[in-house]
Amino acid sequence: LGLALYASSLCTVSGATFLYHDYCVIGAGPAGLQVAYFLQQASRDYIVFERSHAPGSFFALYPRHRKLISINKQYTGKSNSEFNLRHDWNSLLSHDRRLLFRHYSRDFFPNADTMVHYLEDFASLLKLQVQYNTAIIHVTLEKNEQAWNGHYFLLTDQDRKNYKCSSLLVAAGMWVPNVVNFPGSEYVEGYETVSINPEDFAGQTVLILGRGNSAFETAENILGVTNFIHMVSRSRVRLSWATHYVGDLRAINNGLLDTYQLKSLDGLLEGDLEDLAIVKDKKGKLHITLRFYLENRNISAGIDSITLPQDELDNFATRAPYDRVIRCLGWKFDFSIYNRSLRMMPGKGNIKKYPQIKPSYESKGTRGLFVLGTASHSVDFRKSAGGFIHGFRYTTRAVHRLLENRHHGVPWPSTVYPITQLTNSIIKRVNEASGLYQMFSVLADIILLRENATAFEYLEEYPIGVLAELEMQTGRKAHSGLFVIIMEYGRNFSGADKDVFYYNRAVGEAQHAWQSNFLHPVIYYYKHLPTEREMKLRPPEWPLPRPDAIHHIVEDFLTDWTAPNAHILPLRRFLENCLSTDLRNFFAESCFLFAFTHQKLPPFCQQGYLRMQGLVGSQELRHHAVQAGLLQDYTHTDFSGDRPPDSHDGSQEQLMRDHAIPVRPLQHLVNAKDE
Amino acid sequence: MSAQKDRWVSSLVFLLFCASSIPRSGSVGLQQEPSPQHYFSGLEAGKASLAFFTPGVSPGAQPFLEQIESSAEALQDYGISVVKVNCPKDDVSRYCGKENALRKAFLFRGNRLIREFPTDALFDVNSIVANVLFALLFNEVKYVETLADLENTENVLKGKSNMVFAYVPATGTAEHRAVMEAAFVYGTVHQFVLTTEAALLKATSHDDPDVSSAWLLFCHCQQATDPAQPCRRTALGQPLTLLNIHRHLKLMGAPLVTEVAEDPEKVSTVHLQLGLPLVFILSQKETYEADRRTAEFVAWQLLGKAGVALLSRDLVDLNVLHRSNIALKTPDEGMPIQYLVLEDTDEVITLVEDKNKVKQIQEDEQQEEEEEEDEDGKENNNQDIQDDQVVEAVSRDKKRELPLEQILVLTEENFHSSLSEAARTVVLFYASWEAVSLAVLRSYSEVAARLKGTPGVLLCRVNCWDWPGLCSQENVTQFPTIKIYKEGQQSVTYDGMWGTEELSSFILLSRVPCPLKLASMDEAEGYLRGEFPSELSSHHHTSLLGVFSTASSEAREAFEEAGNILSGHVRMGMYFEDDALALSQKYSVSPPALLLARSGGRSVEGIALSKHSVQDMVQMIRYELLDIFPEITVPNLPRYLQLRKPFLILFSAGDISQMESKEMLKLAERRAQQAFVACWLNLKKTPVGHGILRKYFSTTPSLPVLLWVNLHAGGQVFRFPPEHSITEMNILSWLEKLQAGLEIPSSTLSEEDWKPPLPAYDFLQMMEPSMSELSPHASPRPGDIPPVPHPPKSPGEDTAEGDTATREESSQESRAEEVGSPGRDLRGTAPRLAARDKQGKRHSEL
Repeated sequence: LGLALYASSLCTVSGATFLYHDYCVIGAGPAGLQVAYFLQQASRDYIVFERSHAPGSFFALYPRHRKLISINKQYTGKSNSEFNLRHDWNSLLSHDRRLLFRHYSRDFFPNADTMVHYLEDFASLLKLQVQYNTAIIHVTLEKNEQAWNGHYFLLTDQDRKNYKCSSLLVAAGMWVPNVVNFPGSEYVEGYETVSINPEDFAGQTVLILGRGNSAFETAENILGVTNFIHMVSRSRVRLSWATHYVGDLRAINNGLLDTYQLKSLDGLLEGDLEDLAIVKDKKGKLHITLRFYLENRNISAGIDSITLPQDELDNFATRAPYDRVIRCLGWKFDFSIYNRSLRMMPGKGNIKKYPQIKPSYESKGTRGLFVLGTASHSVDFRKSAGGFIHGFRYTTRAVHRLLENRHHGVPWPSTVYPITQLTNSIIKRVNEASGLYQMFSVLADIILLRENATAFEYLEEYPIGVLAELEMQTGRKAHSGLFVIIMEYGRNFSGADKDVFYYNRAVGEAQHAWQSNFLHPVIYYYKHLPTEREMKLRPPEWPLPRPDAIHHIVEDFLTDWTAPNAHILPLRRFLENCLSTDLRNFFAESCFLFAFTHQKLPPFCQQGYLRMQGLVGSQELRHHAVQAGLLQDYTHTDFSGDRPPDSHDGSQEQLMRDHAIPVRPLQHLVNAKDE
Repeated sequence: MSAQKDRWVSSLVFLLFCASSIPRSGSVGLQQEPSPQHYFSGLEAGKASLAFFTPGVSPGAQPFLEQIESSAEALQDYGISVVKVNCPKDDVSRYCGKENALRKAFLFRGNRLIREFPTDALFDVNSIVANVLFALLFNEVKYVETLADLENTENVLKGKSNMVFAYVPATGTAEHRAVMEAAFVYGTVHQFVLTTEAALLKATSHDDPDVSSAWLLFCHCQQATDPAQPCRRTALGQPLTLLNIHRHLKLMGAPLVTEVAEDPEKVSTVHLQLGLPLVFILSQKETYEADRRTAEFVAWQLLGKAGVALLSRDLVDLNVLHRSNIALKTPDEGMPIQYLVLEDTDEVITLVEDKNKVKQIQEDEQQEEEEEEDEDGKENNNQDIQDDQVVEAVSRDKKRELPLEQILVLTEENFHSSLSEAARTVVLFYASWEAVSLAVLRSYSEVAARLKGTPGVLLCRVNCWDWPGLCSQENVTQFPTIKIYKEGQQSVTYDGMWGTEELSSFILLSRVPCPLKLASMDEAEGYLRGEFPSELSSHHHTSLLGVFSTASSEAREAFEEAGNILSGHVRMGMYFEDDALALSQKYSVSPPALLLARSGGRSVEGIALSKHSVQDMVQMIRYELLDIFPEITVPNLPRYLQLRKPFLILFSAGDISQMESKEMLKLAERRAQQAFVACWLNLKKTPVGHGILRKYFSTTPSLPVLLWVNLHAGGQVFRFPPEHSITEMNILSWLEKLQAGLEIPSSTLSEEDWKPPLPAYDFLQMMEPSMSELSPHASPRPGDIPPVPHPPKSPGEDTAEGDTATREESSQESRAEEVGSPGRDLRGTAPRLAARDKQGKRHSEL
């Protein structure tokens, strides 16, 4: 079928000419370019449509004040490129090390122009197939049983050119400004057009509608020159460091909170914007009133006839007139170009600005249509980073992997390891993996156990929302149980009203790890793949259904989970108990002893020593092991053989228990995040 | 009357315990009075006396007389004299004259007659004492017949004094006497009420009472304020004896809860003195109010069974577990105070109520504590303790600086450029956090020291924790991995033992091609002698030479391929010049053939090559390289294990003797049999062999010892009879017996699976309560938690005004304030110590 389609890349349907590609991508923003990169790497037939003449057109205008609030960390003290991506929120994923954002800007909060430049380079250096100046204005479906998804996507651009694709990847972003309509909203200036020159606000009193980063960014810019600024929004301010959600108000923008709380100068108000009304007086000042008052208003009468709230309540908060009102209410997805047959529906509640999608990022209404990038944020809105470059670069990769499996029979990439590497493979990933870290509680590493638990298969960054469909989505089999590795914050730790600085907020001891509050790895063990029903019935606030066993690796101040006793040992015990085996490492000498005294050998000896890869160990090490009571030293044994039997018949384990020296955690030091 | 009473009261305790020691003027026992006149004239005002009149000897009164005589002593204790008045023959006075009067006894106070008793009511001492006292204590002991009477009495007493209500099946019984005797003592303190009505018994006791046994209730009416409610009652649980009643009343009189602020060892209360245990509720300042209520509640439950004391931990430095909330002190001398952790007030009550259980719980508790400590131990001592010998050894060694100067550190930047610097680059890929990697790194540094100055070899390392991209690019998926890069060739991954010896040898062997093409007969001979190539001359290894005629290219190719696979492990040469035939014939084989020059002996063995597949060739070479009668060592055991045959192994203290060696070799050389691996173990060289012998025999047997070990089937270990000498024939006949099942195994290898050495933290279980918990208040916080969960109701509410519900609410509210509010306001800013506490593991916010 693929060949046939290639052959007829230009096909004619009912008179119109359609240019065919397997994959069409709408939008050459970060997400569009990211998926283009993966499609290119996999040598897929794809095209990216960009309405502007260059990629990343949103960043050409926004943010208006040009400062990106995604961090660009130059130094982390580590050379691990994967780890460093945890603190690089701007780079897209590629093999090309030149395309790291830190080569483009040295600013911690880079300028938006740099992003535009970066995206241009990304598209050109990687030779991505982008068709610029092509605005897709209509998308519809054409039923066809031969097609991958039972239909083709038909796209029309502004020049009435038509395109046909088997799979449609919507990476169009969120660019339609949110507008509120109320009496007097015509006096409101929009964020997208308002002046960014602070001098234009000198000596003015400003009301800002909205409470997101754009609102605060606008306030920040003019804070020094205005009389005062008030900000109105329906909900209370949500500080990102309290909510652990990067989309909430970032500390860099919150200067207004200072003047509000310190000097009662500027201020925040909560109220429903729908109830507002603005009236302009003769001097051009804007007065806040309520829609309710206007409804009974005599149209013919002037401003004086309008009741203002302060007429009845003389200490009404916003009784002072404003010179300007600015709307900074964010953006929404452009639903207008999709034919009704695609059933691109807005979400419900606080995700109504996003199209409805499944946790696999596939549209709920149309098979084969995937939403990528910012517009796909409904999956983890106000939770994780899926709406931001540093998050969706991973979800985009996940979608690409799902597509590879679905359409090209390429199963999800995986590595098979012997079971002795189980602890190591987890420790390695939780310490360096960026996708798990950025897309905490959304993407998970999956370990599929092979029969008899002698080997396992490691799958990276699978969307846990579709865990139940794992076998179908990845082409991998989960016969003998699985581990799911995700990162989590402590439940109830994050939230707009939470004090995240309380004393003893951090746990230092492994045995209390489940109470960890900061981002830490959590491993779920399932004997069987959870079913869809179990996924649905999972406890509230749980990302996954109740597992057969769970392990938390205790939070760490340095996010370095390699401590042998606090991190690795409890993890090993957990894995051992799930698999019901002994995952300890042994020196060759111990394996030798076991080989002569046991009919079965522990996995480490089986997979190492018996295959001629025993760990001989240096003299010093064996000496240490003897001192620790974990290895018996037979060199100084007397030959008379009249030792009391109990001193040696209890095998190694006995010795271990007798001689082990307790490792007392250093209370005050391990509990680091407190101080 | 009242003066008399006072005197009674003042002497009472004394009286009761030293019943016979009341100092009294006059003789003890029955007084004799010569005549009624004499008697009546001698009566003192206010003094009671029991008199009977007897006209000489009357046979019918005889048994009665005996009883009354014996009761005289008892009555004397109460200041009642018993007088026998002799009636003169002609006396016809009131007491002597009438016939029936002579069958009666008369109780006088002063000279006033209080009561006359028919002698049949005075059948024994008990009845005499009981009836006499009953008569005398007419005011102090109220007799009731109906429930209404009882209730009336009770109501009258409310707020004034307490009531002692006793049911006796009949008057004149021992119980009746005990009650009366107690009333004699306590009559002024408490109102005594007596009944013989079974109906009243039924009305006052809970379950179906036994009407034939007596029953005593202490009714706490003094504190009772609610006229509608009956007084709180405490039944006497023991039989009604004077001592028991006395104890009971004494206990009722003691303070409900004693507050102590000293070492419990030193505390003594009336309870302990009376042989009852004392329960300490361990309190803290923060929870004092709640603990006080708990203590009171418990005290009410235990009233009459044990004392309750409230001990403030803040005032006393107790060297006990922080979470202990109860201490129990028993009256037995020398018994240490037990500190317990109880969850529930019920547990406290059962603890005391069932004396047997005291011990039980104590034991359980101890066990539990042990277990707990065990558990704690598991948590703090075992589970947390590294039981992985490699990890522990590496972490103990981490402070030692490794001599790594000889080893080049490679990065993503310099990796590819470094590979071209030397003919061979050995790269160790490791992770700096991974123990096995680090253990190998130590051996690797020793290899570097050993190979220092070896030309053409560069040792390098890559830390995959720093350079994950490089490692995955080099296809390194596990740690550690060693690869040897040769310019222009595919890298070779090391697959041998991670030891200095083996790795050095591998690197050295890898320097020459495998197989090495030998160009001349001289080279070939030199090769077999171990002299060629010169790089390997210092290296003693079995040399293997493939000899091929020009025709046998198929075999040659397979041999070359096998050489690739065995590269580094085996010294392989290849000769296919024209005179190959001559060479092979020298060793009586014809090409294609293998010539094998074993290390040491240097006798050359010729083997014809019949199989030409690479796999077969590799297998065959490996097999041929095995010794016939090897010394088993730690590194070489796996090679012999792969044969999957039983071992006939001779454990020797040092080198084996010539004779043994010869005999064993003869045995081993019957290669046709091939049914077992004949080998020996030098305990000096492989001391871990001692461990094996101990496992088999508990002690090291006399050496040498020859064993047959069924390593792969059944795991039986047989010992060659030590009395037989080790000769081929002896062994063979022993083996035959073995085969025939005539020998008994000395030991059997453990069949056990390798299970997890210790349990993991059960986070799921710890999280479970929080999954169901909705309110953050519900979670207890250890620092502030009252030692014992609260009783459902505060004590006193039972008897207090009806509005218990509100009271309870308010008490719970106040508790919430004490307990919950820090959790609410500070969101789990529990002190660190508290978080460590067992109960504290539940997080207030989770």
